[in-house]
Amino acid sequence: MQERLVEIWVGVFVVIALLASLFLALQVSGLAELRQTPGYQVVATFDNVGGLRERAPVRMAGVRVGRVERIELDPQSHQARVVLRIDERYDSIPVDTRAAIYTSGLLGEQYIGLEAGWEEEALSAGDRLQETQSAVVLERLIGQFVRSMGE
Amino acid sequence: MTGLLQALGGRVIAGLHGTGQSLLLLLRLLRGAPIGVRRPGLVIEQIYTLGALSLVIIVVSGLFVGMVLGLQGYYTLTDFGAAEQVGVMVALTLLRELGPVVTALLFAGRAGSALTAEVGLMRATEQLSSMEMMAIDPERRILVPRLLGAFIAVPLLALVFSAVGVFGGYLVAIGMVGLDAGAFWSNMQQAVSMQDDILNGVIKSVVFGFVVGWIALHKGYTAVPTSQGVSRATTLGVVHASLAVLGLDFLLTALMFG
Repeated sequence: MQERLVEIWVGVFVVIALLASLFLALQVSGLAELRQTPGYQVVATFDNVGGLRERAPVRMAGVRVGRVERIELDPQSHQARVVLRIDERYDSIPVDTRAAIYTSGLLGEQYIGLEAGWEEEALSAGDRLQETQSAVVLERLIGQFVRSMGE
Repeated sequence: MTGLLQALGGRVIAGLHGTGQSLLLLLRLLRGAPIGVRRPGLVIEQIYTLGALSLVIIVVSGLFVGMVLGLQGYYTLTDFGAAEQVGVMVALTLLRELGPVVTALLFAGRAGSALTAEVGLMRATEQLSSMEMMAIDPERRILVPRLLGAFIAVPLLALVFSAVGVFGGYLVAIGMVGLDAGAFWSNMQQAVSMQDDILNGVIKSVVFGFVVGWIALHKGYTAVPTSQGVSRATTLGVVHASLAVLGLDFLLTALMFG
C-alpha cells in the first residue's frame, strides 16, 4: 500500500512536470507556431534588412499572412536575400506585390509589410518579389536630415 | 612563521584530499548507476522524497518570483514605453537563469540538507558499517539511488518552477496591471526559442541537480560520526552546494549564451 502511494505521487509529479514543459514549449516558446504550416516560399531581396530577424511576421494590410523563414546575403549582388513563407490559404497575392520592412512602434520588432499589386496573376512558390523597400536605418535618416539642414 | 605556513599547507592538503575523495566517490557512484535500472523502485522512492515532496515549495516560490519579476519588469519597462515586453523579460529570466538556479538553491536547502543528514546519521549510527557486514555495498544501495533521484527530480522541478513563474508574471501583467494578454503571449513567443532558452535551461538544471546531489551525499558520507559532525556536514553541504550552483551557473551562462 505504502509502495503504491509513493508510486502514485511520483506519477503525479512527473505528470505535472510534463504539463509544465508542454506549457513552456507551446505557450511560451511558441513551438506550435514553428510547426511547418503548409505554405509556399517566395523570395525578396533588400538593400538593407536592418534589424529584421528570422521568424518575424509577414503582414498584408496588417493581417499576418506568413513569416520570414531565412535571411542570407546574396554573394553576387551583396544584397540581403529574404525567404518568406506565406500561408497556403493566401494563394491569390498578385505577382507585382511590393514588400517593405517596417517597424511596429518606435522601438518594436521589424516585420515585412506586403502591399498588393494589380496583376491578375497570383504569386506561386519560388517567385521573386520585384519591388522592395529597405528598412529605415535611423542613422542614415539623421545623416540626411543634418545634411539638408546644412544647405 | 613556520606555524602559519604549516597551517596553510595543512588546509590546502585537506582541501585537495576532500576534493579527490569526492571525485573518487563520484566515479564509484557512476559505475554503480546501473542499479537504477535493475532496481527502479529504489530510485522512485527517492524521486518521491526529493522531488514530489519539494513540489509545494517550488510551486509557491515560483509563483511569487514570477509575480515579482512581472511587477518590477512592468515598473521599469513602462518608463521606456515597452510594457508589452514584460512577458519576454519574465520568461527569459526564468527559463535561462532563475528557474534552474533558484530551484537548485531551494533543492539544496530542502532536499540536499535532508540527504546529508540522513546519510550522515546512517554513518553515525553505524548503519552503513552493518550493511557492509551483510555484504551489501552501501554506496550502491544507499547513495546511487539518491544521486539518481536528485538528477531526475531537479530538472523536472525547474520546469515546474519556470512554468509557474511565467504564469505568475501573467497574473500580474494581465490581472493586476491590465496589459493586453495577446501582446504578452505573442511577444514572448517571438523572443523565446525552444533550443536556445528552454533546452539550455534544462541542461543547466540537469547539471545542478547532479552537483547538488553529489555534494550533499559526499558531505553526509564523509561526516564525522558524531551529532556535531552531522550538523556541521549538513551546513557545509548546503553552503558548498549553493556556492557550486552559483559558480557553475556563471560558467554555463558564459558557455551557452556567449
